[in-house]
Amino acid sequence: MSQDSSPDSAGFPDDDETAGPPAALTLPLDQWHRARGARMVEFAGYWMPVQYGGEGGGIIAEHLWTRESAGLFDVSHMGQLTVSGKQAADALETLLPGDIAALKPGRLRYSLLLADDGGILDDLMVTNRGDHYFLVVNGATKWDDIGHLRENLPDAITLNHLDEHGLLALQGPRAATVLARLGLAPARPDAPGLADLSFMQAAPFLWQGRPLGVSRSGYTGEDGFEFSVRGEDIAALADALCAEAEVRPIGLGARDSLRLEAGLPLYGHDLTERTDPVSAGLAFAISKRRRAEGGFPGAERIGKLLADGAPAVRVGLSLDGRMAAREGAAVLAGEREAGLVTSGGFSPSLGHPIAMAYVDAAQAAPGTRLELDNRGRRLSATVVPLPFVPHRYHR
Amino acid sequence: MTRYFTKDHEWIDVAGDTGTVGITDYAQGQLGDITFVELPAVGTAVGKGDAVAVVDSVKAASDVYTPVSGTVSDVNGALEGEPELVNTDAEVAGWLFRLTLGDPSELAALLDQAAYEAYIAEL
Repeated sequence: MSQDSSPDSAGFPDDDETAGPPAALTLPLDQWHRARGARMVEFAGYWMPVQYGGEGGGIIAEHLWTRESAGLFDVSHMGQLTVSGKQAADALETLLPGDIAALKPGRLRYSLLLADDGGILDDLMVTNRGDHYFLVVNGATKWDDIGHLRENLPDAITLNHLDEHGLLALQGPRAATVLARLGLAPARPDAPGLADLSFMQAAPFLWQGRPLGVSRSGYTGEDGFEFSVRGEDIAALADALCAEAEVRPIGLGARDSLRLEAGLPLYGHDLTERTDPVSAGLAFAISKRRRAEGGFPGAERIGKLLADGAPAVRVGLSLDGRMAAREGAAVLAGEREAGLVTSGGFSPSLGHPIAMAYVDAAQAAPGTRLELDNRGRRLSATVVPLPFVPHRYHR
Repeated sequence: MTRYFTKDHEWIDVAGDTGTVGITDYAQGQLGDITFVELPAVGTAVGKGDAVAVVDSVKAASDVYTPVSGTVSDVNGALEGEPELVNTDAEVAGWLFRLTLGDPSELAALLDQAAYEAYIAEL
């Protein structure tokens, strides 16, 4: 038996017998995960839990638990950066297409780090923390991002990598109820309380005297929160959250199936340097003012794509049958190649396989019937709107 | 009945000239939740080491190789509705297919239970 493809490099241990990249690093919760029976895999240069053992463990059970109750995710591999200095917003706007100047304190926004040709270097979250901007970038790309930012931000702007902070996400319909029990206090008298936070808002809190940067955001399509927490505090916070009956730890495997159902792209798969924001269906991240004014990398090409439409676009596919199509499967319209699957898998919530693919604009309308060539097997699929599973954000 | 194993994590039970093939409990544990099993057609002639079935998990698709050559004589129809049987009972109810052995001498190259257990202990 051999594993053909895997989104998370979780293979049999003999997969890497040749000298490969440098050994993976451990994160502050490494032992915490192992004590809960986690299967650890190398991901983005770190040992990360792909799924947990015992009662409630396994990707499908963890996935469904998150949709029904609340799941705790350790995403400490992601890069946490601060950008500060005079005109930091203007400086960021030379690299991102978002309206950073209009981002109010306490708000966050999804944005994209763009190459000169408009290709996507990374996707990220930007929070206005009042006296600085806080960026969360992907783990696998963070070193390149830091290099890109250092090279391109003016000297007057300070870039700081919070490499001693971890990142936790609490996601699911019970997340707010559970978090309300932890007794977080606003870090400043004028800062909002938890109940005041809506989707894409953030505030500083103190938990038992420990500082927490909290945002109401996530990568599952559910209501939930993300916590930027000092490495020395992260185990205590994870313990306190998992002590609540509604909360279970959730691995990277379910994180991937949850984000896929939520229609959220994964960098390195659905987004790459060869994809642009318009084809990727991320035009919402290019604000109106920036479209008019330009001044971000690839503005000219992206403006053209916005005006004329992209030749191929990211769509959702709902598959017939039970076999999942994986990244790399060709999309066929009749016998003609019409696109490529960039993410695919079984949807635990829907009970059938789903995928994201880039397909020719002519084949992208919902309801279009297509075929997929998945490792030599023909599968049938229908184009469907994203997300596959409705978002349930707290707005 | 004698059970043999492969280093690719298949097992085969041999009774007379019939072999029953599945994946090991170790393998199902590595794969995680299994969502679909593609089985060969009855009557297919298969060569030792051919990829004859696919086990699809939430994470990935995996080929299953036949440990020996022969002709497929039966498949486990229960897996169509309940692919998770491979997770819950990989080495009994989660069997994949049966075949009529083409060359019983091929069995000599396979591992016995003790050798397989020693092999996975090193992984």
